[in-house]
Amino acid sequence: MSSVTRPALYSETIRERWRRPRFRGELLGATATAEDVNPLCGDRVRIQLKLDDGRVSAARFAGDSCAICTASADVLAELIEGRSRAEATALSAADVLGVLQTDVRPTRMRCVTLPISVLAKALA
Amino acid sequence: MTLDEQTRRDFPILERIVNGRPLVYLDSAASSQKPRSVIEAMARYYETSHANVHRSIHTLGEEATELYEIARDRVQRFIGAAAREEIIFTRGTTDAISIVAEAIGRTLKPGDEILVTDMEHHSNLVPWQVAVRDRGARIRSVPLVGEGILDLAAVDRLLTDRTRVFAFAHVSNVLGTINPVADLVARARRVGALSLVDGAQAVPHLALDMSALGCDFYAFSAHKMLGPTGLGVLYGRLAVLEALEPARGGSEMIKEVWVDRATWNDLPWRLEPGTPPIAETVGLTAAIEYLEKLGMERVREHEQALAVHAVELLGAVPGVRVFGPRRERGAVVSFAVDGWHPHDVAAALDAEGIAVRAGHHCAQPLMRWCGVVGTSRASFSVYNSVEESALLAHAVAGLGGAP
Repeated sequence: MSSVTRPALYSETIRERWRRPRFRGELLGATATAEDVNPLCGDRVRIQLKLDDGRVSAARFAGDSCAICTASADVLAELIEGRSRAEATALSAADVLGVLQTDVRPTRMRCVTLPISVLAKALA
Repeated sequence: MTLDEQTRRDFPILERIVNGRPLVYLDSAASSQKPRSVIEAMARYYETSHANVHRSIHTLGEEATELYEIARDRVQRFIGAAAREEIIFTRGTTDAISIVAEAIGRTLKPGDEILVTDMEHHSNLVPWQVAVRDRGARIRSVPLVGEGILDLAAVDRLLTDRTRVFAFAHVSNVLGTINPVADLVARARRVGALSLVDGAQAVPHLALDMSALGCDFYAFSAHKMLGPTGLGVLYGRLAVLEALEPARGGSEMIKEVWVDRATWNDLPWRLEPGTPPIAETVGLTAAIEYLEKLGMERVREHEQALAVHAVELLGAVPGVRVFGPRRERGAVVSFAVDGWHPHDVAAALDAEGIAVRAGHHCAQPLMRWCGVVGTSRASFSVYNSVEESALLAHAVAGLGGAP
């Protein structure tokens, strides 16, 4: 192993969500599911929702993606639980980045937005 | 003197500092850097000789045309083609393959087959998918075995009298596998199929002789062989090119035009509609001169030694899996790190000034065979050193269990 101590690659929140995501998994009884890929890297994200009375009562994600994308999906799932369909639809990349406590470089922005566009498909 | 010691100073960009570290550029398989001689040749052309080629009856037009046609002669000699008419300038490898796929696509009949392989780059898959569409023809593919080599028994099973074209990579852009081109070409010819070789990863790395390979088509890009972007080459065996009805029209490729019809120009111009990338061919001439001065056998030895060195060092790092053949290989090394997504590996290496590629490398069927969504890939060129390969392995070893 390297003797050099390097600065962390990503924010504490991204690293924590990558290592121990809270909303990764299958959602039994899901009422809406959507999935998409990032054509640049092949990352795949699926989001499953349980909608009760126009509210998101539960959300889970699955897929194969990088730390930023995984953290984005995890935070997004947390943000939408308990919200109305309209509130969930209104969430933006800025909201997710706020929770992740980070800026990302333009080349990685699609890693943040892939889960958001998958969510939009699931809510459509 | 090692090859990198000899060449390093010829590449101005390698003096860059990236994220506070000297640049370690290990992404030449995506696009190589350019020696000063290439950059200066293109600048000199624009400063002194630029005009449109062919039919310009003035001094600059004549000079530009001469430089453009000299590039064709240099390419012919560099790849061992029998005639200059066999060299078609294109916009890149993808474009070169598309020119053939579009022309042959128009002649496909129901039941016809195009044979590809599971290790192809998307640019040697999708043009064929477009070509067979709506024609009742279909694509078949040669599976891989072992460390990622073609299943030769399957090749013989899949090549039939229905096969119109066998299209395959010379060197895999992910695994580094070097395919036995002459053998595959001969097998295709036995069933009457044409052969097309995607040489994008081979031309920068190997000495080539079209007459020895025997293929009908060979496609490659200038920008991976120290030359400029926006230019590629389609080599075609003369008899085959003569029989190829152009699928693309425009200026340059005609003899005489009426509003509703035209007659075709001679080869090679028949397959070069529109104003070509002229300055880029001047740059390609300089790139070929540079490589010829080094000697392609020496280039191959140097790059293969670096790749094998990287395979050994990376393979010894716990949690790292290296893909592709161990020894006989091209200049690319793909690997996966436990607990790390390839993009995060690339970002972490970039923070140390090391540029590698990450993702599916435009080879998603191959990624599925490897059982991963993507890989990290280091690739080597004439300017890379053993020290850089060791720096890569050291940085990968220092990644730790997760981002």
